[in-house]
Amino acid sequence: MKEINSISNLETLRESIQQQRDSAKMLIRICNTGCRARKSVKVIDVLEDEIEKQGLGNKVTIKKTGCHGFCEMGPIMVIEPGNIFYCRVTPGDVVDILSETLVQGNVVERLLWRDPETKELVICEKDIPFYKKQKKHISYNSGKIDPTDIEDYIAADGYSALCKALSAMTPAEIVETVVASGLRGRGGGGFSTGLKWRICSEAPGDIKYIIANGDEGDPGAFMDRSLMEGDPHRIIEGMIIAAYAIGASQGFLYVREEYPIAIEHLSIAIQKAEEYGLLGNNIMGTGFDFNISINKGAGAFVCGEETALIISIEGKSGTPRSRPPYPAFEGLWGNLQL
Amino acid sequence: MIFEKVDRILEKYAYKHSAIISIMQDVQGIENYLPEDTLRYISEKMELKLTRIFDIATFYKAFSLVPRGRHKIRVCCGTACHLGGASQNLEQIKRTLHIKEGEATDDRMFSLETVNCLGTCALAPVVMIDEDYHDAVSPSKVEKILSSYHSESKRLQG
Repeated sequence: MKEINSISNLETLRESIQQQRDSAKMLIRICNTGCRARKSVKVIDVLEDEIEKQGLGNKVTIKKTGCHGFCEMGPIMVIEPGNIFYCRVTPGDVVDILSETLVQGNVVERLLWRDPETKELVICEKDIPFYKKQKKHISYNSGKIDPTDIEDYIAADGYSALCKALSAMTPAEIVETVVASGLRGRGGGGFSTGLKWRICSEAPGDIKYIIANGDEGDPGAFMDRSLMEGDPHRIIEGMIIAAYAIGASQGFLYVREEYPIAIEHLSIAIQKAEEYGLLGNNIMGTGFDFNISINKGAGAFVCGEETALIISIEGKSGTPRSRPPYPAFEGLWGNLQL
Repeated sequence: MIFEKVDRILEKYAYKHSAIISIMQDVQGIENYLPEDTLRYISEKMELKLTRIFDIATFYKAFSLVPRGRHKIRVCCGTACHLGGASQNLEQIKRTLHIKEGEATDDRMFSLETVNCLGTCALAPVVMIDEDYHDAVSPSKVEKILSSYHSESKRLQG
């Protein structure tokens, strides 16, 4: 167990993880979440078997990542160095990928993406128009890190915002920073996140809770899903910062049951964060306590609505109630329930 | 026996009334549905009204009060799948298996339900059977997909 008991401890750990990385090794990043619908798990199985059979373990690392975004071309694989982008990869392609790309250093042309307009083959992920126009912020790590490996998140500067918040900022300063950042909800209403935190921090009451709404059910919307599956520690880190800012000690993650990979990755992430001393009692030796538990939704679309979601966590059928009072004043275990 | 398993689940959640949804989810995992006598047992053990349990069991779509098939068919009827022809696929499945949504076949092989969105719109229209995603499904593919589960079961039974 690598319990982090001070802020500087995390920085030491981060440096040691980064130093241990063998940059001479090739890296294969393959989607193990969204692309599972196109049988990426079979590709990974064959890939691991072949690497072992051919004794290539010291030359290549496989990283099972979250969503790369270009789902219709899945399963997606990116090879570094070179940023080589292979799409629609099948188990039958694995042998060629290893012999051509890994051993010989050539690209396998039939796996490249072809621009439907110019008819030209594109080798690098960064040159594909779909990615060229994107600037990733929240989803930056998804497709790059292994979501089940906390050290991968730490190596990518993970939990450094939490360090800053706990060591150098007061709760009020955090709230005002988030207000000034312009960060808003992603569910459609676009409510100011900082304002929500300010209202919660100023609301009367000794016991406060943080609830993260992962009951994303609108058809065609899966931004929460890709984040929960591909970068779960980012959500946990955000929840801890929010908890510190508003003075909460207990958090709930309400995730719909139809997202089994999200539930699995979040559960692993919570367990690992607790092991590393980043979650639980006395976080990083700062004296701040915060715990998170997961509630699985049970297939009720309406529970994505905040009052229905809160009632569902209380163990009842999630029927929305009218507002006001708003959840910031009468929330979980509040008195004004149906 | 089943009640021993139920007892273990109740203990895991310390008989907390607020955990009733999680308890019912775990209990449903035993037999893939919620038998009436099991719900009565939970109600008695937890000192929780049967009406509240029934309310939850009928409110949340994940719960079933009738037996389900060994293979769970979920037809996605979200926007992308709807436009891609999900309703024709659903009709074809119903015709082939002689069941409606929410029902199981007489041999308990398949049960059928519709879902709002599986979040795999790039693969529309999608039919999910157990953990397998079947993408770009059309009515003409339905029989072949279903029969692959029939032959799999036969092989397993030897």
